[in-house]
Amino acid sequence: MSFQINKLYYGDYGESKNGAADISTQQTNKAEWPLWEVFIRSKQGLDHKHVGSLHASDAAMAIENARDVYTRRMEGVSIWVVESKHIHASNPDEAEALYDPANDKAYRHPTFYDLPDEVKYM
Amino acid sequence: MEQDFEKIFQDKVDREIRIEPKDWMPEKYRQTLIRQISQHAHSEIIGMLPEGNWITRAPSLRRKAILLAKVQDEAGHGLYLYSAAETLGITRDQMYEQLHTGKAKYSSIFNYPTLSWADMGVIGWLVDGAAIMNQVPLCRTSFGPYARAMVRVCKEESFHQRQGFEILYVLSKGTEAQRRMAQDAINRWWWPSLMMFGPKDDESPNTIQSMKWKIKRFSNDELRQKFVDVCAEQVKVLGFTLPDKDLKWNEERGHYDFGEINWDEFWQVVQGNGPCNKERLDARKKAWEEGAWVRDAALAYANKKAKQKQAAA
Ligand SMILES: [Fe+2]
Ligand SMILES: [Fe+2]
Ligand SMILES: [Fe+2]
Repeated sequence: MSFQINKLYYGDYGESKNGAADISTQQTNKAEWPLWEVFIRSKQGLDHKHVGSLHASDAAMAIENARDVYTRRMEGVSIWVVESKHIHASNPDEAEALYDPANDKAYRHPTFYDLPDEVKYM
Repeated sequence: MEQDFEKIFQDKVDREIRIEPKDWMPEKYRQTLIRQISQHAHSEIIGMLPEGNWITRAPSLRRKAILLAKVQDEAGHGLYLYSAAETLGITRDQMYEQLHTGKAKYSSIFNYPTLSWADMGVIGWLVDGAAIMNQVPLCRTSFGPYARAMVRVCKEESFHQRQGFEILYVLSKGTEAQRRMAQDAINRWWWPSLMMFGPKDDESPNTIQSMKWKIKRFSNDELRQKFVDVCAEQVKVLGFTLPDKDLKWNEERGHYDFGEINWDEFWQVVQGNGPCNKERLDARKKAWEEGAWVRDAALAYANKKAKQKQAAA
C-alpha cells in the first residue's frame, strides 16, 4: 500500500517537505536526559492520574519540571514521577485473554440477583 | 495476519476507539503521526520567538506578566506534544535534530517579524485564533496521547486569543497613532494567518486515507472559511478592516467570500525564504548549542549522586 498524505496540519507541510521516509526511531543519543512519567493528584482525596512525560536528569528535577509543565493553573496538589523504564505494562495483544474471563461472571454484579420488590434499601 | 491487524485497527478507528502507543498500527499511520505531532511541537517552540521579542518592551507590568505567561504556555504546549510523539518511538533529541537541520518544518506564520506592540494583539487574535480552529478538532483525533495533549492545549489557548483581542480593543480606543499601528499590524498578519490552514484541499485518494484514519477531521478549506467568517465579524467590534477588497458576505452561500491567497508566498516561506526563517532557526540552534554544557553537567551530577548512593548502601 502506498500513498501520500496531502491533508496538512498546523505546522505540517507534508511528506515531500521533510522526507518522513527516513524518520528512524532507534535510540542513539546517550547524553539525553532520561524520560519520566508524571502522575498528578488534582485535589486532596483523589487518586494520582497519569498526565504525560518529560525529561529530567534526576527525580528532583523531574518534579520541578512537572510543576512547571503540568500544573501552571493549580491542576495539582501532589506530583509523582517514575522513570519510564521502570513502568511495566500489560500487553494489549493479550487484552482479550486477560479480561475476557471477567465477561461471563455476571454474578459479580448486584443487578444479577432477582429480589422481590418489597425488599427496600438493598 | 497483517491484513487482520489492519482490519482490527480500522474497525477500532471507525468505532471511535482511541489507538494507544502499544496497540498495533500501520507503519504509515505511525510515521504520519510522528511527522505531524513533532511539527506541531516545533511550531509551539519556534512560536515563542516572535512574541518573546516583545516581553521586555511590553507597555506595562500587567501586559508583561500576561505575555510572559502566554509564552510559557506555548513552551508547555511544545512539551506536551513532544512527549506524545515520543510514545511512538522517536526520541526527543532526534526531533530536535530534525528541526535544527531544517528537515522538519514548523508553521510558516512564525517566519514573519513582530514589528510593533500591536503585533502582540494581532498574534493573539488571529494566529492563536487560527491555531484554535485547527486544534479543537484534534482533541478527537484517533491517537490517544495526541488527543489528550490537544485537550490540555485547547484549554489554555482561549486566554491567548482573548488577551490578544483585548490589546487591540484598547488600541482601538486610543490615539490616532495607536489606531494606525493596530490597523497596520492587522494588514501585515491577515494573509499569513489564512495561510496557516495550509494549501487548498485536493481530492486525491491519498487524502482520503488520513480522513479514514481520523487523524484529521475537517479539510483545510472548511476550517479557513470558518475562520474568515468569524474574523470578518469580530473586526467590526474593533472598528478596523481586513485587508481584502473581495471580502463580502455571500447571502446564498451563507459565508463570506474572500480574495485569492498568494500561494507562491506561502511556498516560498515554507521552503525557507520567508523574512525570518534563518533568524528563527539560528536562535533555536544557538540556545541548543549553548545549553549543551548545562545538560551535560546535570547528567554528570545525577550520575555522581547515584553512584554515591550506591556506595553508601
Ligand atoms: Fe499553538
Ligand atoms: Fe500553543
Ligand atoms: Fe497559544
